[in-house]
Order: sequence, then C-alpha cells, then structure tokens
Amino acid sequence: MKPKVGVVVFPGSNCDHDAYYAFKKLLECETRFLWHKETGLQGSDLIILPGGFSYGDYLRTGAIARFSPIMNSVIDFANKGGYVIGICNGFQILLEAGILPGVMLKNKSLQFVCKDVYLSLANDNTVFTKDISPEKVLKIPVAHGEGNYFADDRTLKTLEENDQIVFRYSSPERIISEIYNPNGSVKNIAGIINKQGNVLGMMPHPERSCDPVLGKTDGQLIFRSIINNIFN
Amino acid sequence: MFKAKVLIKRRPSILDPQGKAVEKGAILLGMNNIRDTRINKYIEFSVDSADKTSAEKEVNEYCSKLLANPIMEDYEFTLEEIK
Repeated sequence: MKPKVGVVVFPGSNCDHDAYYAFKKLLECETRFLWHKETGLQGSDLIILPGGFSYGDYLRTGAIARFSPIMNSVIDFANKGGYVIGICNGFQILLEAGILPGVMLKNKSLQFVCKDVYLSLANDNTVFTKDISPEKVLKIPVAHGEGNYFADDRTLKTLEENDQIVFRYSSPERIISEIYNPNGSVKNIAGIINKQGNVLGMMPHPERSCDPVLGKTDGQLIFRSIINNIFN
Repeated sequence: MFKAKVLIKRRPSILDPQGKAVEKGAILLGMNNIRDTRINKYIEFSVDSADKTSAEKEVNEYCSKLLANPIMEDYEFTLEEIK
C-alpha cells in the first residue's frame, strides 16, 4: 500500500507542482495539494512542505508561513508521529516552527546558489534512507540564498548523539570537506531529522531529481524509501 | 495608543555574513578602521492599548513569537505614548 501524500501550498511556494508531479506521476501515489488556509490534512500519510519563498521570505525565511492555519495541523500531525518532509523553504519553516532544531542563515558567499551537489548519507537507518545503499552518493540540486544551517554546539552535540544528521554535502567520492559545502552550513549539514525520526528537513531538492527526462533520479531514492517503509 | 520601536540584534555568537560583506565594502572605500559590522533590524509599529503595561505585554509577545527568532536573536524596545 502506498501512502496518501499532501503537498502544502503557501503563498509563494514554487516547488509545490514539482513535488506533486514526482509523487503523483512518477511514484504513483495518491497526491493532493493542501492550501495553507485549510486546517485539515485530508487523510494524508505523508506531508510535503515544498520549496519556494513563502510570504516573500519577509522577516526571516519561513517565519510567517509557520503561523499559517494549516501549520497547526502539521505540527500536531508531526508530534503524533506523522511523516513530514520539508524541502528547502519547507525545511526553513520546520526550523521556525521549532519542529527541527537550529536556524538558517544567509549563505556564507551571500550569493544565491543553484547547482547540483553531492550528498553522503550520515544516517542510512531512517525511514527516508533505509532503502538507499549506505555507500551511495546522491546527486541532487540545491537552489537557495539562505541554506547556511547553524546550530549551537550543544544542539550539534545532541544532533550527533541521536544520529539526527541525515545528509552531508560531500564530493562524489564521499569526501566531506568545506570545499564541497555550497552555503557554509555547519559540519556540511544538508539534512536533519527530528529525534523521533518522522520529520526530515533538507535544503537540496529531491523532487527536482526524479524524472529521468531531467537526467538524474537520485531524489526518487529518498521518496521511494519513505513510500516503502512508511507503514512498516 | 503607543508607538513601539524595536531593535532586533543577532547574538554575537551568530555569524553575520551580510555584515562581513558590507565591511569588505568599507575596505574598498579605503576605510581601514571599520570593525565588527553587524546588520540588525529596526521595526516600528503602534499598539492600540490603553495602558503601558498591557502594551509592553503585547510587544513582548509579538517580538518573542514572530519578529525575533529567540534561537539567534535578542530584542529590545521602547514605548512612547502617542497623544
């Protein structure tokens, strides 16, 4: 059985249709859009907070979207163990909502970065990664101006102790070094999970790496992993 | 009615890439004595409240829940009655 997927649409979301297309057309899941003013999740098993510039990214990225009516339901759903993936702006919203720890700063270069990056698995035992070979390096694009993940030392220690770091920016040969870090993110962190393991936030865009027509499909590995394992 | 003026500052321990970049501009201008540039936020608004205590409470709530991110920012404010 495949999960029902709900893709939340905020004013300013711009990767919502890409996420919808990936789950509906390529992975053949029942998928629907959830407008930010709705309060119900329409029986969704998996919620996607897509990329974009919700509310113009005014004040801080994700800061206003976090108070959209639907976010109360998403927070409640996540707290009860429901599965959520926040991609790019979706990750920023999860940080602002306090579902995931840390904050997002402007890229160290101050430039918007839009390119393919390589991700090594820091934790291959999450519901989002357990079907991916631990040696696999994922080629997935980033597109953001504020992806410089930051957390204080105590938070980082907790993240590491609980195996909450899921993806790190690396070379295609799994070398993790500052030169492969597109945004200055602390410890090359590209994606983290909450302590309970049901909420993933990541800056790279797996939905943009799903259709073979685009020449790369590594994003499918993450989505297939959650689809295959969500009911186990 | 009160006028609120809020200053939101990123904590000293948090990197400010914008401030760093701006400071490089100072060097390009030939100004070599500029140090520790930090870009902060200054926000103004009015509070429709009868007394100062309840206005302060509202400003604190607005700041702590939305205007500032308590993980990386501190805020301070002044309140002035609008006659």
